[in-house]
Amino acid sequence: MTKLEAIIQPSRLDSVKEALREIGVTGMTVSEVRGHGRQKGHTEVYRGSEYTVDLLPKIKLEMVLPDGRVDAAIQSILKTAKTGKIGDGKIFLTKVDEAIRIRNEERGEAAL
Amino acid sequence: MRWLLIRLLLVSVLILGAAVPKGYAVSSASLHPAAETAPAAPQVQEQMSQLQAQAAEAKSAGDNAWLLVSSALVLMMTGPGLALFYGGLVRKKNVLATMMQSFTLMALVTVLWALFGYSLAFGPGNRFIGGLDFAFLRGVGAAPDADYAATVPAQSFMMFQLMFAIITPALITGAFAERMKFSAMVAFMVLWSVIVYDPMAHMVWGKGGLLNAAAGGAFPTLDFAGGTVVHITSGVSALMCALYLGKRLGFPKEPMPPHSVVLSFIGACLLWVGWFGFNAGSALGAGSLATSAFVATHFGAAAAAVGWAGAEWLRNGKPSVLGAISGSVAGLVAITPASGFVGPMPALVIGLIAGVVCYLMVAKVKSLFGYDDSLDAFGVHGAGGSVGALLTGVFASSAVNAIFKDSQGKVLAVGVLEGNAHQILNQFVGVLIAWALAIVGTLAILKVVDVVIGLRVPDEAEVQGLDLSQHGEEGYNLEA
Repeated sequence: MTKLEAIIQPSRLDSVKEALREIGVTGMTVSEVRGHGRQKGHTEVYRGSEYTVDLLPKIKLEMVLPDGRVDAAIQSILKTAKTGKIGDGKIFLTKVDEAIRIRNEERGEAAL
Repeated sequence: MRWLLIRLLLVSVLILGAAVPKGYAVSSASLHPAAETAPAAPQVQEQMSQLQAQAAEAKSAGDNAWLLVSSALVLMMTGPGLALFYGGLVRKKNVLATMMQSFTLMALVTVLWALFGYSLAFGPGNRFIGGLDFAFLRGVGAAPDADYAATVPAQSFMMFQLMFAIITPALITGAFAERMKFSAMVAFMVLWSVIVYDPMAHMVWGKGGLLNAAAGGAFPTLDFAGGTVVHITSGVSALMCALYLGKRLGFPKEPMPPHSVVLSFIGACLLWVGWFGFNAGSALGAGSLATSAFVATHFGAAAAAVGWAGAEWLRNGKPSVLGAISGSVAGLVAITPASGFVGPMPALVIGLIAGVVCYLMVAKVKSLFGYDDSLDAFGVHGAGGSVGALLTGVFASSAVNAIFKDSQGKVLAVGVLEGNAHQILNQFVGVLIAWALAIVGTLAILKVVDVVIGLRVPDEAEVQGLDLSQHGEEGYNLEA
């Protein structure tokens, strides 16, 4: 099992969700986050005082997938989340040791 | 032949015109048609005096209606106008506390005004402050007070003036926003209202006041609607508060952007509308002077919005919404003393100058000196008020308001451009006295309140925000 975390532009969320559903990804956790990578923030000026806003709003998707699904998921995120500009985000993969469904204590891929 | 026709027409129109009000008010008059017989002389006299009484009544009704509406408009400037304008400019943990300061003054100053505030400002007294003749509003009733407004009930005038006494201290709250104890604010405002506002109002507008232009003061300062009384006193006092209290924690390193320019936008628009009551209402009647002040007010605000946003556009490459609305407020401040003395074109000039000057005060001068006038009460009201008061002396016109007359009743020049160069000195004296009273009075009050109560909230409370620490509430319970 692999955990896939993707940080994407907020505006791409709907397309990404749709694309993942199409390839059979059944569950995910979505959070509104703020952060920065290479994309610089912007400046705001209020009555002559400049403020640099360097933490920008992003969306974080988290899902744990059977290893066989990971490549397909990556491809569809790459296809739908890309705008080609700095700030499109990143995908991180981590190995997951175990998954347990709380309701009936199923374990492993059956719990996903 | 043609002349005869025209004259006949005119006469019949006059007769019709005179007949209409008579018919409305005195139904018995129609029982004795005038055409039947030529009425005897005493009857004509009686009818004449009846007509005169009715005309006076009609004028009083018109004037009073406008003054009552104006009073309500000026109250609306404080709540919700100023409360929204300031509330939007603070961080969201302080939005309620900031609005509460304005609202508290609506209640607090009203009580003071009823007890003795009105009397100290407008009661008979010396050149500096009124006495206690009108304390508890004794003798302030339905009968007009000819010293101030001969055509409206004295209570209407009292209410109108009350709204000014409310908004003036409320303007100061912008300077100490986000860090002053609520209890200290209440104590400060009670003292400020009595020690600074009431004497200043008496000097400029009170009968026998030192600076009163309409009633022969020693230094007749032109201040139609409160450039010195309202904006200089509040703006300069605001600067004193900002200096005495010190900066907010983290200022200027930590970003403190407005939490909602949307709220400020709504507030500024309400201020603009309310200002028609503030300035045009200060004509104390519904005549052409009210119109003239209304016009000047609007043009001043518009030109200043253009001036501020334009200056910003040139310097930063972008005109901001906050800049445009701040500009309109700066223009309204500057046109306040001039509104009943200048025509539309000088109003545009005054507004444009005020917009640019106030923008530079706020964007350049403030950071040069490094004081934390949190919401720019001094930069807008102190600077705008001073600029407006001085320019009033330049542009005031006897054609708009023939306030100076010689003993024969001949109209004299009013402003510098008309040839009354001396007026700029009088304006300067008025501005100077307002500055001096505001500086000395405010510093003394701050010292006393600081010793007795303490002015600032503890650091933890400031970090937590005044909404929670002072009032036990939050402005936005988005999960509720």
